[in-house]
Amino acid sequence: MTVERPLTANIQPGGEPLSLREYEKVGGYQAVRKVLTSMTPAQVIDVMRESDLKGRGGAGFPTAVKWGSVPLDSKKPRHFIADADEMEPGTFKDRVLMEGDPHQLIEGVIIGSFATEAESAFIFIRWEYTLAQKRLRRAIAEAYENGYLGKNILGSGFNLGLHLHVSAGRYICGEGTALVRSLEGDRAIPHSRVPRQTECGLWGKPTILNNVETLCNVPHIINKGAEWFRDLSLCEDGGTKMYSASGRVKRPGLWELPMGTPLREIIEEHAGGMREGYRLKAVMPGGASTDFLLEEHLDVPMSFGSVQKAGSRLGTGAVIVLDDKTCPIGMVHNLEYFFAHESCGWCTPCREGLPWAASILQAIENGKGIPEDLSTLEKLTWMMAPGRTFCALAPGAMEPLGSALKYFREDFEQHIREKRCPWR
Amino acid sequence: MPLLTDAMKQELQAEIDRSETRKAACIEAMQIVQRHLGWISDESLLEIADFLQMTPDELEGVATFYNHIYRKPVGKYVILICDSVCCWIMGYESLQEHIARTLGIRLGETTADGLFTLLPIQCLGACARAPAIMIRGELYTDLTPERFDEIIASYRREA
Repeated sequence: MTVERPLTANIQPGGEPLSLREYEKVGGYQAVRKVLTSMTPAQVIDVMRESDLKGRGGAGFPTAVKWGSVPLDSKKPRHFIADADEMEPGTFKDRVLMEGDPHQLIEGVIIGSFATEAESAFIFIRWEYTLAQKRLRRAIAEAYENGYLGKNILGSGFNLGLHLHVSAGRYICGEGTALVRSLEGDRAIPHSRVPRQTECGLWGKPTILNNVETLCNVPHIINKGAEWFRDLSLCEDGGTKMYSASGRVKRPGLWELPMGTPLREIIEEHAGGMREGYRLKAVMPGGASTDFLLEEHLDVPMSFGSVQKAGSRLGTGAVIVLDDKTCPIGMVHNLEYFFAHESCGWCTPCREGLPWAASILQAIENGKGIPEDLSTLEKLTWMMAPGRTFCALAPGAMEPLGSALKYFREDFEQHIREKRCPWR
Repeated sequence: MPLLTDAMKQELQAEIDRSETRKAACIEAMQIVQRHLGWISDESLLEIADFLQMTPDELEGVATFYNHIYRKPVGKYVILICDSVCCWIMGYESLQEHIARTLGIRLGETTADGLFTLLPIQCLGACARAPAIMIRGELYTDLTPERFDEIIASYRREA
């Protein structure tokens, strides 16, 4: 059985991406043509609903629900944003998609904008993705020259401007309301989720924000249909998924696989298992803000629902492997230091709590921990639980910490008892 | 003596023209000026704020929030070393120690000849090829101390 890989079909590792002409030759921009000349926005949303496409940025929110939540009579112009601010440590799927096939993303942006009647679109890309920026700039210029962007696209009367915004760098921009503030020229501080951004977002206008991988799926769903998309997967969530593995595995990398591929298959088959002399100790299944899982969880299908049942989150599908020769406390300290640095500082639990957690972990790692530290860390996971902070940054940061306290208890205690790191 | 040249102002104006508001161009504006002048000094901050019709304090708030706006002078080449989790697992600490020894600078410092500044960076998105650094937007992966020395030698020749 050949496995279909729609998202990466045009991508040549290490090669140049397809030009607009080459992209058209393999069926590119056919979905835009179909949508603009023969469908209504409501019909596009219906196809997305039938496909059950869920957001690939980490939250798994149904795309059709997001697109459909723009009130029909709401203000215009509306804005459509592709979130290319991929900063979740461990994650690089969107970089590969943008570098490898920039027109695929642009096509998804045009269709999403049409479906939500947005006339202004942005790709919000992180500063460090310099090659993706270069290739997207060229592809956007080609799309304008060939009438896929600009006024009266394909004679349909639909207008769309697309701007590539290069961020000056901050993890919090991955939070939707913070990203919008950044585009407005402000500090990227999250704001209230009421009213929703789909009603009142960028400059007070309805704004739709989708992850890059999500949008790359859209042209294929339009071309081949919802049923085809659902059948690509091995589980209840449709489509394929970009999964990656990093750490001390034999072949770290990124693969497009059916949604619901078991975690074990990703690590043992695609990544080739552990390097010689290393054993697997634990795994973060979906980037830095997901709970650790253990060897006993490896048969979990990597879908939104199944990973949640196992006690973690699918997140970005970026698997980070912790081996037995790396100190788990050192690793958790690295993670909490990252989150502390990237806290925007707006709400107290996150601003004060994350550096507190990081400093306790550093003390334990340096052999200066005391037994009470563990209950303090536990209290911090409770104080930064969902609902106690302004946005999802601190609760996300507590996922690796909370699960580490559960799974690596003995390692914490050994550090404190022996007043040193046993791995150093 | 104004720091913003007419050419820079033209670039700034182009960003303002496509923005909904003048202020919305401020992150692009600071990146443009930094590309020309290397960093954002107090003087250039005042001029950019004036051009965008923002107060200097408001612009300073934005400038100090983002990782890639430099409010202190940096060397000709900024070495961004990824300190996030995958690079940490794959040897970030020993690489950073090697860099510190070779160049004689710690994180946040610039070499005496003004060539290199070493700064930490959050995940470069090269997690499958860790450890990684970036210099002038160029990504270097699977780094070993030997490879790092070669890269630095090539920048020294260029400089």
